[in-house]
Amino acid sequence: MARREKKATLLKALDKCPTGIKGLDEICGGGLPRGRPTLVCGAAGCGKTLFAMEFLVRGATQYNEPGVFMSFEETAEELTKNVASLGFDLDRLSDSKELLLDNVAVERSEIEETGEYDLEGLFIRLELAINSIGAKRVVLDTVESLFSGLPNPLILRAELRRLFRWLKSKGMTAIITGEKGDNTFTRHGLEEYVSDCVIFLDHRVTEQLSTRRLRIAKYRGSTHGTNEYPFLIEEKGISVLPITSIGLDHPVVTERISTGIPRLDTMMGGKGFFRGSSILLSGTAGTGKTSLAASFVDAVCRRGERCIFFSFEEAAAQIIRNMRSIGIDLEPWPKKGLLKFHTHRPSVYGLETHLLTMHKVIDEFKPAAVVVDPVTNLISLGSSLNVKAMLTRLIDFLKMNQITSIFTNLTSGARALEATDVAISSLADTWLLLRDIEAGGERNRGLYILKSRGMATSNQIREFLLTDRGIELLDVFVGPSGVLTGTARLAHELEEKGAETARQEEMELKKHGLESRQKALEAQVAALQSELEAGKGDLKRIMNQEKERQRRLDQERKQVGRMRKADHSTVQEGARRKSGKEV
Amino acid sequence: MGNTPGGRKKLEMPETSEEVWILRLYVAGQTAKSIAAFANLKKICEEHLAGKYRIEIVDLLKNPKLAKGDQILAIPTLVRQLPPPVKKLIGDLANTERVLVGLDIQPAAKIVK
Repeated sequence: MARREKKATLLKALDKCPTGIKGLDEICGGGLPRGRPTLVCGAAGCGKTLFAMEFLVRGATQYNEPGVFMSFEETAEELTKNVASLGFDLDRLSDSKELLLDNVAVERSEIEETGEYDLEGLFIRLELAINSIGAKRVVLDTVESLFSGLPNPLILRAELRRLFRWLKSKGMTAIITGEKGDNTFTRHGLEEYVSDCVIFLDHRVTEQLSTRRLRIAKYRGSTHGTNEYPFLIEEKGISVLPITSIGLDHPVVTERISTGIPRLDTMMGGKGFFRGSSILLSGTAGTGKTSLAASFVDAVCRRGERCIFFSFEEAAAQIIRNMRSIGIDLEPWPKKGLLKFHTHRPSVYGLETHLLTMHKVIDEFKPAAVVVDPVTNLISLGSSLNVKAMLTRLIDFLKMNQITSIFTNLTSGARALEATDVAISSLADTWLLLRDIEAGGERNRGLYILKSRGMATSNQIREFLLTDRGIELLDVFVGPSGVLTGTARLAHELEEKGAETARQEEMELKKHGLESRQKALEAQVAALQSELEAGKGDLKRIMNQEKERQRRLDQERKQVGRMRKADHSTVQEGARRKSGKEV
Repeated sequence: MGNTPGGRKKLEMPETSEEVWILRLYVAGQTAKSIAAFANLKKICEEHLAGKYRIEIVDLLKNPKLAKGDQILAIPTLVRQLPPPVKKLIGDLANTERVLVGLDIQPAAKIVK
């Protein structure tokens, strides 16, 4: 009966003890195993002590679970001072009996081993500490230093094993920190004893940039994220980047937002970008990427929405000044709380830290849009694989929050224009390419839409002009020698205009000539007509004369006939025959 | 020292000598190790410090606060309170040679010869 009950409780999911550390609980599915020891290990300076301390402080302040911090390295005063910078007031917590700091000092030089011993003193001490504040959480930092302080490691091992079992039996959720050893999690193999949960902290420096990472190496009885997660130690404690929720199931909207440039909107089906989409602006140096982005920022703020401008190249004031020169005034927006500039040199932190900082700023400001200018500057911070991973995370995070994002990407001139350095093009929903068009001894800017998912776009290249009234897009001329822009376009325009005038003049001339010829012909026609008329008159007169003559002839003949007393009919017949011959 | 705590009190006060040895033995209940430690200590003291030592027994089970106050981890621990400097010996004191070195006692036999 009793056994069955026990089985039933075992079947229940492992009880978790929330750490309160930002992001960590998400990775390990709720927290550390309750009532069990967890090993937190890593090299010196990786943040073990801080991790453990935050676990206790959060427990005391947020979960009403007092904790004992047993330090084998630092004194209570040192600890208090060290974590004061994170806003943890250990003195206050100690006074209110929510936290107990205990410093175990072990000085090897003072200690002589004379035979068998055990660590009962430590047990008694810990038990007293636990009981005095009703602790639920215990930290032993770093219990391994006992190995250097006390002789006879065999005894020590046995005693530590007993200690961890004892902590478990007391139902303490404990963190035991350990220094990383060669090829082992800890120098003295503590992982053999603390096997429920092992968290590995790492502080890596690659190319002079440090990144802190956290990995759950083991979590018995629970699923957990297995990746390395970057984490930050910042003003408010540790925050681990929660990237467990990454998936491709972002909400999708059909709402469109203006790009800030009417003609660009027109190019994109007349409405602009999709809200929450990611836009990549790539181009070589000086093609107007920042200007285009600023124009978008201006449009966002004009709509009364918030926007963050992550600049890795220019200071906020510089961006404002420069944009004013092309008629985009960003200055009022920061004052109205609509625009936030976040400017950092890329090399101040490692990649993950940048990502975390960006997450944090976005979380706090809750913008509708962000601009990252330029994203390529981050590439210097890591391998392209890392950068891509980071950008994927960032874009996923932004999409999840329906934040429209613009990434500017600097392509170097020698490369293919359509190759983005970090191959992030596949992550972008819309890809605008800004390019130099060099012809006729000048460079001009051209813009076209390389792709835009889910909308009909113009396939034409547009000339992109930075005027003092903002950005303008103009049609380009496509001639036999290619696309004409700038002066060539103007020249071409003038040329066309000239040709047109000439043609018109020629037409006029032709028309005139034709008209006069027509007139001449008409006159000729009139003359002929009159001639014809005259001819007709003559003919009639002649005909009349002829008739008259015939009539007279007939009369004469009749008269002659009458005079000769001829037969009437013969006279007539003969007269007709005569006249036929004559005519 | 009237405040000697603990269960098994043991006081042996030398009055005459200019050099007084105060040795404090920390134990946690009557375990085999602590009994052995006390027996070993007693033997060594009788041999080398006859008449000028005092042994105090501190039982941490009865006085757990002292574990923190005196920085005691290992049980049994022997602390040489006097003469200064303070010295700590851990273990059941079975290794006499080490105890003598640890307590900085010149072996009596050596002095005699």
